[in-house]
Amino acid sequence: MTNRHFDEQHVIHELKHYLPSQQALKDFIHHNSLHAFQQMKFYDAIFKASKIFGFQVSLQLTEFRQLYKNGRIKDEVLEMVIANKKGNADVGEWKRKLIYRDFDTINHPRIGKLRRYWKELYSFDLDNKVHPLLYRILCSFLDQGIAIDNFPIANKSFLESIKDIEQNSFASFFKTKKVRQLFLNGNYSISELLKIIVGKEEFFEQYLFDQQFAHHGWSGFISAVEDNPQTLLDRKKITLQELIVFELLLELDTLHHELGNDWQPLANLVAEPPTDLFANIPKTALAEVIELWQDAFEWSYYDTVLAGILLAKRENNIAMVPSFQAIFCIDERECSIRRHIEATDKACETFGAPGFFGVEFFFQQQGSKFYDKLCPAPVTPKYLIKESVVTAKKNNEPLYTKHTHGLVGGFGLGITYGFWALIKKLQLLFQPAMSPAISNAYAHMTNGSVLTIENRHVADQENGLQIGYTIDEMAIRAEGFLKGIGLLQSFAPIVYIVAHGSSSANNPHHGAHDCGACSGRPGATNARVMSFILNHPKVREVLATKGIVIPAQTQFIGAMHDTAADVIGYYDEEILQAENTAQHNFNKQSFETALNFNAKERSRRFSSINTKNELTQVRKDILNRSVSLFEPRPELGHGTNTLCVVGRRSVTKGLFLDRRAFLNSYNYQTDPDGIVLTNVMKPIGLVCGGINLEYYFSRVDNIKMGAGTKLPHNVMGLFGVANSSDGDLRPGLPWQMIEVHDPVRLLVIVEHKPSIVLKAIQSSPEVFEWYKNEWVHIAALDPEENWFYYFKDGAFQKYRPVSGDIEFIHDMEEFIEAAKEMETNHITHATKENLPVYLLNQTNS
Amino acid sequence: MSQLLFFFILFPLVAFLATLFFRNKEEKSISFIVQLITGLYIIAALLLIIVWGANGFTPINEHLVTLYQTNGFAFVLQFYYDQVTAVYSIVGALIFFLVARFSRFYMHRDEGYKRYFNTLLFFLTGYNLIIFSGNFETLFIGWEFIGLSSFLLIAFYRNRYLPVKNAFKVLSVYRISDIALILAMWMMHHLTHQNISFAQLSEARTMAVELQHNGMAIFIASMILLAALAKSAQMPFTSWLPRAMEGPTSSSAIFYGSLSVHIGVFILLRMYPFWQDITGIKIAIIIFGAVTAIIASLIARAQSTVKTQIAYASAAQIGLIFIEVALGFHVLALIHFAGNAFLRTYQLLVSPSVLNYLVHHQYFHYKPAITSNNSKWKNTLYTLSIKEWNLDSFLFRAGWMPFKWIGRRFNFMEKKPAQLFSIIPAAFVGFAVSNDSSSMEMIKEALPIVSLSIALLLILYSFNSRKSASTAWNYLLLAHFFIISGIIENRDFIEWPQILMYGTGILTAGILGLVCLQKIKAIDNNINLNQYHGYVYEKKNTALLFLLSAIGLLGFPLTAAFIGIDVFFTHIHPHQGFLITLTALCFLFLELAAIRIYCRIFLGLHKKLDHPVAFRSS
Repeated sequence: MTNRHFDEQHVIHELKHYLPSQQALKDFIHHNSLHAFQQMKFYDAIFKASKIFGFQVSLQLTEFRQLYKNGRIKDEVLEMVIANKKGNADVGEWKRKLIYRDFDTINHPRIGKLRRYWKELYSFDLDNKVHPLLYRILCSFLDQGIAIDNFPIANKSFLESIKDIEQNSFASFFKTKKVRQLFLNGNYSISELLKIIVGKEEFFEQYLFDQQFAHHGWSGFISAVEDNPQTLLDRKKITLQELIVFELLLELDTLHHELGNDWQPLANLVAEPPTDLFANIPKTALAEVIELWQDAFEWSYYDTVLAGILLAKRENNIAMVPSFQAIFCIDERECSIRRHIEATDKACETFGAPGFFGVEFFFQQQGSKFYDKLCPAPVTPKYLIKESVVTAKKNNEPLYTKHTHGLVGGFGLGITYGFWALIKKLQLLFQPAMSPAISNAYAHMTNGSVLTIENRHVADQENGLQIGYTIDEMAIRAEGFLKGIGLLQSFAPIVYIVAHGSSSANNPHHGAHDCGACSGRPGATNARVMSFILNHPKVREVLATKGIVIPAQTQFIGAMHDTAADVIGYYDEEILQAENTAQHNFNKQSFETALNFNAKERSRRFSSINTKNELTQVRKDILNRSVSLFEPRPELGHGTNTLCVVGRRSVTKGLFLDRRAFLNSYNYQTDPDGIVLTNVMKPIGLVCGGINLEYYFSRVDNIKMGAGTKLPHNVMGLFGVANSSDGDLRPGLPWQMIEVHDPVRLLVIVEHKPSIVLKAIQSSPEVFEWYKNEWVHIAALDPEENWFYYFKDGAFQKYRPVSGDIEFIHDMEEFIEAAKEMETNHITHATKENLPVYLLNQTNS
Repeated sequence: MSQLLFFFILFPLVAFLATLFFRNKEEKSISFIVQLITGLYIIAALLLIIVWGANGFTPINEHLVTLYQTNGFAFVLQFYYDQVTAVYSIVGALIFFLVARFSRFYMHRDEGYKRYFNTLLFFLTGYNLIIFSGNFETLFIGWEFIGLSSFLLIAFYRNRYLPVKNAFKVLSVYRISDIALILAMWMMHHLTHQNISFAQLSEARTMAVELQHNGMAIFIASMILLAALAKSAQMPFTSWLPRAMEGPTSSSAIFYGSLSVHIGVFILLRMYPFWQDITGIKIAIIIFGAVTAIIASLIARAQSTVKTQIAYASAAQIGLIFIEVALGFHVLALIHFAGNAFLRTYQLLVSPSVLNYLVHHQYFHYKPAITSNNSKWKNTLYTLSIKEWNLDSFLFRAGWMPFKWIGRRFNFMEKKPAQLFSIIPAAFVGFAVSNDSSSMEMIKEALPIVSLSIALLLILYSFNSRKSASTAWNYLLLAHFFIISGIIENRDFIEWPQILMYGTGILTAGILGLVCLQKIKAIDNNINLNQYHGYVYEKKNTALLFLLSAIGLLGFPLTAAFIGIDVFFTHIHPHQGFLITLTALCFLFLELAAIRIYCRIFLGLHKKLDHPVAFRSS
């Protein structure tokens, strides 16, 4: 990849490809941290990324060995994995290698090798001199509202703004007149600057990679802002190219200032030839060993899941007409609440659908000056839904006022509010309660407000977006939604569409806890919109013509589950008919009971809560946790996600999956040719696979690919976090979110014939890439044979689980109380908190 | 009464020792002890106010224990209690309690849970030693405790680069305030010919006036001001404050939001009887306070990160408090201190919320920026504020570069360490000569200067060395012998117990340090000082032992060498300006050089890349 000839556009393009692509934290969109390598096979990709950038890309060898020792990696699975990959004959030898052989595990990355020479040759630290000022200027330019004085010249591009300031100021960002003049004259290009600083052209590309990856957080963010300016509310014009130019100028300035004329271009003194960062790497023995360990770790869990699914009793038909139906998000956090609601009301039926519930739109809160996208990140909606008639007042928190940072204000407020701050502190510690400082999932859209869901006439537009859907547009979405989850008949009197969101305090990563299918926001609006659509008589008329007959008694109700507080809020309850109202009040009680149990189940992982307490007490403690400013783990997000089951609920209903499975309802019976399946499978890799891989990489290398511990985080410009005043932005997930996570890839299980599944995943290259390159595993559950087929090397092959008996849970409460909490958050302890698969004794529970 | 006062020192110290015996995962026990102590602290602080009030609000002065006594010198632990202490103790008690409670949950499962609370209790001990101190010696012990615990909490994430770099930066500013305080103590001793208590400050002032030692008084007051400026992040030291925000948010809140940063105000208030009628000092305090208030406010306005914004805003308010103190508005100053401390602690504790809160705020209140051409002055101020008025680089250039330059001139010492060690006897020969009554006065005068100059050069060499760690450490040890001989040469008679106390303390620490370095050498032959090695990652205990030997080598309070150093200083006469400068510089750089070795060998990015090691910039 390294060319003797330097092509600026090409190198910038490459840089943008490899830099992390995390956008502003307010809307957290999970993605594969190594997306740049996705065109390669998983193992080849991760080891290559590791060699280039120095990432740790799997657990460490010693950790795998400890997991084997404490039984978390099973012997029979290890042998199976070795036999499959290396042949039966060599199992013994490979096993010895895996368990005993010493390996040199030191990894010297390729990145940064050239840049190190500055220190070696001139014994001064270029990074130290350039980075703090560079970060500060970037942060001030991009700032979304922390600073009181804004970057003086808005509406211009980054370099133009700086130029304007430089031209009209007595002070300068530059230390030397020479470089300042060069900047102002504008007689430079990246190549020319590199010529002065680096010298030889064959080193240019390597130098730029070293330079930008010395602060991959900032560079990645700027590249993301360049590509998606809407990630910032207060939009800014900046490009990676501008960053590189400015950084080169600052470097040149520093070199002149520190070394005068007493230096030569870096490459002149480097004897080594330039390194080809992306040259292929030979497969090492260590990589082979790690690969086997990783497979064995994954299959130690998968195998029991597959065995469990085959063992569990499948009751296909519940009642003819269920007492009520509830459609949740496929999110694995909803896996347990569904189990509990089904246990509370055995006649009910639950479904899972991607949490934007088939309606894609921009949403504008009343009084808001911005639109929020409420659908998966890659979709760009053409519709706008506006909120109005909100009566509730928005509260302010005076202690956040910027006046405290001024001299006079700080004095006045210091000697008055200062004492009130003491009271507030006592309150936050001893009586945690919802406040404006806390991110409230229910504040995103107000209950009782009016939404412009139905389009008045096609010309009713705002900023190029159509306000609301026409009847036909609604009907298309309603049909797609119902067909996707296979809910085409047996409608209950009330069907709940339950979105989810998460309230948390003191948590810059709160967006990562909200609904991934709604671009990291609470999905309540989508639930309300889809309910409205399905209640619409004209929509129902259209649906009836397509064979979907919704009885007149059936009403859809939007709701939202707060996954941190374990609360469910309902919307538009007043539309319910009289008899449905009574039924609804009864159902609400069932939901409450289910929430109590759900809170209890979650509480087993929280050391601040005694799981054995009364249910109501545990529930209250869970609620308090979500509004506690001192609590860095209001909930555990997607931690432990491992599975994605696409099929009928009956596939998983008899199993305890410990909140590890995305559950996407799909009925193969209504889709024999797999046409619907193709659509269902489209987002699975991107959304579930993206979440899973972000957790995977943040777990195995939390300090390079994750955001490290939350505790020292400093909020930068309202768009990111860094560890200190002079630190790089930290993309990825913080330690507190991933400590319970077992770093294993996602296993997708689809209930359909292998041939149909294969067709569905091969529908587009982007979808197929996830499976073909093994970033996500997939298995088909042939519903007729009741047998599994695992996708490997381009084809589905029969898979026979090696796990023996799966145990039963007889009493869920007792079982949850008996579960042990991790001793420390080291993987070998942490993983013990994740429970194996159990069969549910449904007659007893 | 004295039991109650003693409680404030003893209990945190006992709790500190008690928490050492738990393992990191025994979080409940550790946090229980801390909660108990901080809860008791509130009760005791209130009780003390009541007792004090019952006695008519008159200042209490208690002599607790004499640690060391010789003719003309007494090392006494002494307490003093008045309205300043009352406010500082109640504010301190409340903030400690709240932050300890907050941290109990916040720090859950942190790899350094225990270390965090240990350090916090150590800080509490230091804080109490300062605010209850009745004399310079007691105060100084607390001063050093706070310095060390600050360093440890800033470098809490010790295997990353920036926390270690910034911890060292802060330590170097703190060290300036330490030395300023030592010099104030030294001059005070020569002014009053005794170890005076704070209750006697106005007498000392009167004495200075009567004896026409106004220069001495101004020197003392200036040193106290210098100590206060450095400790309270006033100009020109302000830039250390935002850089100190490296530890867990809760520790930043208690140290840099509230208690630690207001200690400079405390010492000004405490010394007020001494400087209240020195107009020059009052004007200086007002100027420094005002300049800080203005410039820190300007910088705060341009800050785009939440913690640095709070830091500069807080420093600006402390500037105002300085002015209030100078003008004699002490009640206002105390209210302002309490309000500012509570406010900034709260703001820091909830600082992560700002992302959600202000983004939400933007949704409803955003106004697009209007393109306006700022005036030239406004742009200038903005540019300067982004660059923090070059404070950070100014301190580096003005403060440290000259000494680094000198140190670099002695790089040749790397090559011939063995020969240089032979200077030790020479040093003692020098001592013998000076002891000889027949030798000339001039040599006698010059000898201590020569010895201390050699000591300083050795120390500066170590401070600047990028080569072998053990060589640098050896030179520090050697430097101590030159310091000892210099002091002995400066004396008419020798007090062997002092020498012994000092010498054994230093020697033990020195040897222990060498053993630690040898242990690391056994696994890595190349432990140079040109980079960070991060060996605390794999050798926790060795790192701890080395830290202990480093603070032993520099005569940290509670180590044997401490009293020795304190006594030594009194042996230098006020007219020996050059000698006192040399000695002060020796002790200043001694600490920095020793802690630098600790930082480079044990902290920072771990050298072995067989596990995830942080990016340097993270």
